[in-house]
Amino acid sequence: MSRLVVVGASLAGLRAVESARRAGFTGAITLLGAEEHLPYDRPPLSKEFLTGDGTPKHFRTEDALRTDLDVDLRLGTPATGLDVEQRVILAGNDAVPYTAAVLATGATARTLPGLPALSGLHTLRTLDDAHTLRGVIRPGGKVVIVGAGFIGSELACSARRMGAEVTLVEAAPVPFTAAVGDEMAPAITALHTRNGTDLRCGVTVTGIDGDDRVKAVRLGDGTTLPADVVVIGVGAAPATGWLAGSGLKVDDGVVCDETLATSAPGVYAAGDVARWFNPLFGETMRLEHWTSAAEQGALAARNAIDPSAATPCTLVPYFWSDLYDSRVQFVGVPTADEVRVVAGGVGEDTLLALYRRGDRLIGALGVEQRRPVLRMRALIGKRVTWDDALEAAAE
Amino acid sequence: MKIHIDTDVCTGHGVCEGLRPDVFEVGDDGIVHLLTEDFTEADRADLEDAVDQCPTQALRLEG
Repeated sequence: MSRLVVVGASLAGLRAVESARRAGFTGAITLLGAEEHLPYDRPPLSKEFLTGDGTPKHFRTEDALRTDLDVDLRLGTPATGLDVEQRVILAGNDAVPYTAAVLATGATARTLPGLPALSGLHTLRTLDDAHTLRGVIRPGGKVVIVGAGFIGSELACSARRMGAEVTLVEAAPVPFTAAVGDEMAPAITALHTRNGTDLRCGVTVTGIDGDDRVKAVRLGDGTTLPADVVVIGVGAAPATGWLAGSGLKVDDGVVCDETLATSAPGVYAAGDVARWFNPLFGETMRLEHWTSAAEQGALAARNAIDPSAATPCTLVPYFWSDLYDSRVQFVGVPTADEVRVVAGGVGEDTLLALYRRGDRLIGALGVEQRRPVLRMRALIGKRVTWDDALEAAAE
Repeated sequence: MKIHIDTDVCTGHGVCEGLRPDVFEVGDDGIVHLLTEDFTEADRADLEDAVDQCPTQALRLEG
């Protein structure tokens, strides 16, 4: 009997299960989730989950998963190994055989080396993390966030809305350069400045003081910041530790071809953990974006259950962030030969910038430009020329 | 086949419009509107993709 095993019960894993059933797969499906929770939506965790009533957004009920989709759902069951010869996924003492598998174990929050074990020191990745932070960030409390990427930045907005005094510390001279490129990074940084958030760039953390609890964060410039709560927001690392010794090719993510096939027969990967060759841009990439996880999960499952009809993953990356009252959106890739501002400007209420590589449009950044940005996404997918993109943007 | 839009949840990401600009359009009000409700089986896969890829889960396909 055929069995699809999906490892990871977040968005990519869920979409994998749904798409396999939708494609008519009638074999058994096992869905393994490391967390105890039903699949839940992650983007709200740094935003409205904290500032709102703290209700998690679950995608489906347990009954819908078990009954409607006929899934053997195993939560609180982290995968611990993969045997590509025997075609078995190991989860503690359980061994789950597969005919096809989708690896969607996501990523885990990075931290800084050498930090002491103190209470009040946190990361933000999971629902449990967010639940904890919701309980400790208080009006008038002193919150220091280390890392001004999108998670750190969104958390800074939320913590301020919750009434806390927030300091955002970033090691790089300007944050967001990896996400939107050097030229436009100041446009995002300006949102913090305009909204009066205390952002310290170009400073490293040299130590964290406290006995049992954190008391202060020491910085490389000699400053000491008093703190009740410290959150380390320095990015995420693909969750591939469990694949050690499996022989599966791993290089900052599970290495996949353009169809999301890994180096092992029948095994595909999707979401934050997958590094694949995207033919649309002619380069390998690993994305930690909501829409990529959704798209790749669905595609990886379809390809896994019918490899002879496998189709390539040619998606156009998309991510968004809600900072203060501004929606920031980026489509495509930021490594460009030219970046041109076609509406608004850096430090203004609104901005639309287009990214060119050769004679093609390869990216677009918008601040409060909801309609144009996603239109550019479609154009990037169609490989339009730079001139056509400029013309479309002028419309 | 019918598409329902939860206008309380939609924030106008426009992912659906990117997939099928002939069906979905983000209006000046910042939320998505349907340009047609006349769907055939040939539209099903695209509509399912739009539902699955909506970042706020504002779309639902019925039938």
